[in-house]
Amino acid sequence: MSHHIVEAKNMQHVYPDGTIAIKDVSFHITHGESVAIIGANGAGKSTLLQHLNGCLEATSGQIRIGDTPLTKGTLPDIRRTVGMVFQYPDDQLFMPTVFEDVAFGPLNQGLSDSDVDRRVTEALAQVGAAHLRTKAPYHLSGGEKKRVAIATVLAMSPDILVMDEPTSGLDPFARRQLMSLLREFRHTKIFTSHDLDMVLDLCERTIIMHEGMIMADGPTDEIFKNETLLAACRLEKPFSMQGCPVCSRGHAQTS
Amino acid sequence: MASIHAAVIDLKRLDQLAGSDTPIHTLDSRAKVLVTFAFIVSVVSFGRYELIRMVPFFVYPAVMVVLAGLPPLYVARKIALISPFVVMVGLFNPVFDRTVMYQIGQMEISGGWISLLSLLIRSILTVGAAFILVGTTGFTAICQALERLGIPQVFAVQLLFLHRYIFVLADETGRASKARELRSCGRKGLGIASFSSMTGHLLLRTWQQAERIHTAMLARGFVGRFHTHRKSRFGADELLFLLGWSLLFISLRTVNISEVLGALFP
Repeated sequence: MSHHIVEAKNMQHVYPDGTIAIKDVSFHITHGESVAIIGANGAGKSTLLQHLNGCLEATSGQIRIGDTPLTKGTLPDIRRTVGMVFQYPDDQLFMPTVFEDVAFGPLNQGLSDSDVDRRVTEALAQVGAAHLRTKAPYHLSGGEKKRVAIATVLAMSPDILVMDEPTSGLDPFARRQLMSLLREFRHTKIFTSHDLDMVLDLCERTIIMHEGMIMADGPTDEIFKNETLLAACRLEKPFSMQGCPVCSRGHAQTS
Repeated sequence: MASIHAAVIDLKRLDQLAGSDTPIHTLDSRAKVLVTFAFIVSVVSFGRYELIRMVPFFVYPAVMVVLAGLPPLYVARKIALISPFVVMVGLFNPVFDRTVMYQIGQMEISGGWISLLSLLIRSILTVGAAFILVGTTGFTAICQALERLGIPQVFAVQLLFLHRYIFVLADETGRASKARELRSCGRKGLGIASFSSMTGHLLLRTWQQAERIHTAMLARGFVGRFHTHRKSRFGADELLFLLGWSLLFISLRTVNISEVLGALFP
């Protein structure tokens, strides 16, 4: 299962205007790991994610997916292996109907009609969106769009799932549903998120980015206990690790 | 700017109509593209003062709308939207071309008016045929058909992106106009000055969004080739459809049906 491994070595990205978005980033993610990349706004999380399937090209350094280094020649294979869900579903949905949108990836993979049908049906059922099949993406609510966007990637059966802010814009129930769905996905998962409670729930490993650099990389529990580190990176503990707001308010009133 | 938003939804409806399953919809897209092309060429090739001989051509849109189950009022409304532009093009015909062609009692009808009317009929027919093609085939399938008919792939994909970009641009324009309107407190805002900077921003923003969409397409294995789920081949039905309509168009173009009917039933 070596193709489920993601490795970055001394990666750097400089935008054309000279902004250094990523400085000397290295990590190694192995098969089946669930890793969160967290950090303040502008820390370089989304830029980093976009390198993992070649949407952006590193200015220097190297990325390997399994045994394959990411180059122009290996891009089609890598894009088949790494499924990426973008932050805004509106960027991801571009076909006239939900069915056609979910079928876009499998059709590009050259699958037969019956296989495409099966993949689309399964992917939509997985995200609880089977009833949206014939609808137009622009008629869906935010949560529905997000679920369909995830289905578009699941339909390609990726080995590695990369998601930029998966729970943003979802209502609490849809967020719970999505989290249970992601828990079931057995392959390698990489998320960026500001939803630190989700990170605590789903990811055993967390990488903190700050100003384009990796500030910490380790078990999620340990990282969230380090308040000094979190504060230095403009982060806070997840709500579930903070004191109960009701009890602590009562405590403040009595003291 | 609810009107921009409504107009976009209305336009997107055309693509949705293409998802139906009538016998016309299931025909190979190449047959429909070729028939539409034959229809447009036949109509456009009439002389500038021709009126009566174009009327029988209305049979094509009428039959197609019925067979494909397209909403006739919707198609009529779409065609009506284009009419003001056509009238603008032919506006000066009656001014410059004053040769009297018909006389009804005391009223003289000049060549200018006839050519304006002829232009209008021509546009209704051709624009109608184009809308019917999109409504029964879908833009993606049309581009695919063009490619299979020998148009270079790069042009077909450009056309497809252009179609997609219209929606991106319209969505962004709708949002920017709403934001501007809400902060203008019912007045003109900053007038033309705010529009110039808004246009610039729109260009950059839609450019960025179009890039993000393209990235999302690449991430899902897009390599410049579009696939449609509806697989079709050019069979007997398509041949019959193509030959039937093309022969009818050629006969209507070469034979004056009104004269023939007039001679048959004097």
